[in-house]
Amino acid sequence: MERPLTQDLHTDGTPLALDEYERTGGYQTLRKALLEMSPQDITNVVKQSGLAGRGGAAFPTGSKWSFVPMGPDAPRPKYLVANADEMEPGTFKDRLLLEYNPHQLIEGMILASYAIEASVSFVFLRWEYKVAGERIERAIAEAYQAGYLGKNILGSKFDLELHLHVSGGRYMAGEETGLLNALEGKRANPRSKPPFPQTSGLWGKPTIVNNVETLSNVPHIIDKGAAWFQGLSLTDEPGTKIFGVSGKVNHPGLWELPLGTPMQEIINEYAGGMRQGLTIRGVLPGGASTDFLTPENLNVPMDFKSVQKLGSRLGTGTMIVMDDKTCPVGMVLNLEHFFAQESCGWCTPCWAGTQYIERTLHAIENGEGQIEDLDRLEAHTWKLGPGNTYCAFAPGAVEPLQSALKYYRADFEEHIKQKHCPWR
Amino acid sequence: MLSDEEKKEIRAEQEMFPTNQAASIGAMLVLQKHRGWISDDTLADLADFLQLTVDELDSVATFYDKIFRKPVGDHIIRVCDSVSCWIMGYESLRDQLYQQLQIKFGETTPDHKFTLLPNVCLGDCDHAPVMMIDDRLYRNVTPEELVQILSDY
Repeated sequence: MERPLTQDLHTDGTPLALDEYERTGGYQTLRKALLEMSPQDITNVVKQSGLAGRGGAAFPTGSKWSFVPMGPDAPRPKYLVANADEMEPGTFKDRLLLEYNPHQLIEGMILASYAIEASVSFVFLRWEYKVAGERIERAIAEAYQAGYLGKNILGSKFDLELHLHVSGGRYMAGEETGLLNALEGKRANPRSKPPFPQTSGLWGKPTIVNNVETLSNVPHIIDKGAAWFQGLSLTDEPGTKIFGVSGKVNHPGLWELPLGTPMQEIINEYAGGMRQGLTIRGVLPGGASTDFLTPENLNVPMDFKSVQKLGSRLGTGTMIVMDDKTCPVGMVLNLEHFFAQESCGWCTPCWAGTQYIERTLHAIENGEGQIEDLDRLEAHTWKLGPGNTYCAFAPGAVEPLQSALKYYRADFEEHIKQKHCPWR
Repeated sequence: MLSDEEKKEIRAEQEMFPTNQAASIGAMLVLQKHRGWISDDTLADLADFLQLTVDELDSVATFYDKIFRKPVGDHIIRVCDSVSCWIMGYESLRDQLYQQLQIKFGETTPDHKFTLLPNVCLGDCDHAPVMMIDDRLYRNVTPEELVQILSDY
C-alpha cells in the first residue's frame, strides 16, 4: 500500500532531515515544476487530481486556487497560508506531518505559492505545538540556505518569503477568515463572504489558506500525476487520508490509508478494537463538530460522500470513539462546553446559543433538567444551523448535539427522571 | 521601557508583516516571555513602540488565551479538558492537581510557583490524558505520576 505522506517518516521520533528528504525525491518536484511548468500547469494538475481540502470542509483545492486573479494586472502581493492551527477537539493528524516531515509541507507551500503567484507565505501554527514550531523554524532556515526559498528560487526568477507565525490561541483563529484577522493582529472574528479570501484576503490582497495535510499532498501530485493520485483511494474520491482513532481502544493512533477504508477496519484492525469489556456506542467520525454515527454504521467507507450520506461528515478523519461505559450526556456537555468557551462572540445566535446549550446540558447532567429542555435543545440545533451565523462554527457546534438527541434520547430522559447521571 | 533584547525580538516580528498591528500578537508573546505577563505599563510601552493605541492592543490581548493580562506563577500547567482526554480520565487528573496544589483552575499557588489552567484539545489525543507544563508536553499522565512530575519543577 502506498503512503506518500508518511512512508518515509522515521519511527524514532526525529524529523526527516533536509538531505534525507531530498534522497526520497524531495524538492526534485519543485525543481522540475519551477523550470518546466507554468503556474497554470500546476493548478491544472491539482484540479485534475481531485484533491479536496483535508482540514474538514473538503473544498476542491485546485478550484480554490483557480479563483485567484492571475497575470500582470493582478493585485499584489498575493499570499499563501498553511493552516497549522489544528484545534478541532480529537484531531491530531497535522501534528504528525508538522513534526516529522516539515520539508514536505514547505515544498507543498512553495508549489502552491508558485501556482497562485504568491510572493509571501506563512505557516500559521497553534501555540501549543512547540516541537513542531522548532522543527519548522529550522526547516525554513535550511530551505532558505539551500536556495528553495528567497529570491530567484533555483534560477526560476520566482521569489518567495516564508514566515512562521505562532498563534495567540483560540479555536476561531483556525477558521479561514478568523485566521486572516488573527494574522493581521486583530481579534479572530470571521469575515463575511463575499469577498472571498481568494480575491480579498490578507490586507485586502488575494490569499489562499490551505490545511497542512492538503499542502503536503501537493509535491506528490505534481511529481506522480493526477491519475496516480486517483489510484490511491478505494472510492471515487482520490488520495490517501491520515485517519486517527482516540478513546478507549487498544491502540489509539494515526494511519495514512486510502480514502474509503471502512471505519470498522480502522478501529478494529489498526486501533486494535475496544479495550476488554467495552463495546462501541458511537463514533464522531472527524472531530468534535461532526455528528455521531452508531454501531450499525461502522462499515461506512471513510470518504466524504459516504459519511455524509449517513448524516455526518468525514471532517478531519480523526475518529473519537464513545464506549458503552461513557455517558453520552457528559460527552456532549464536554463538547458543548468547548464550543461555548471558544465562540468568538461576533454573532448572537452563536455566543448566546452555545452558552444556553452548555447551561442546559449542565443542568441535565447534574440532575436538574426538565423534560421540556430536550425540545429547547432540539430547537437550538436548527436556530444555530447553517445560514444563521457568519461562519461554520455554530452549525458545527450543534452537529454532535443533534445526533446525540436522536440516538441517545433515552439517556437524556434517564438523567432527567433519576435526577442524576446514571454513570456517576 | 522595553529592553534592547525585547526591541530586537519585536523588530523581527515587525519584519514579517506590512503593518505594526500584525506584529502586535507576536510582540506581546515576546514581552510575556521576558516578563511573565502583560501589565498595563507593558501594554503602554508596547503601544508607544508600535505606534498603536493601548485599546487596540488590549482588544487583542483580552481575546487570545495565550496572552496573560494578570500575573501568573513561574510555571504554567495546562491540562487538556477536551473530549478525548475527558473520555480517558482528565477529571481525575484535574482533581489530583487540585488536591496536590491546593488551587483550582485559574489560580496560582501562594508561593507563585504554579498557575493551573484548563486548555482546549492539545492535539495529542492518542496519548490522552495529556497536559503541558510550560513548553513541555506530558503524555498518558496518571494521577499517581503527578507527584514525581511536579517535583521536577
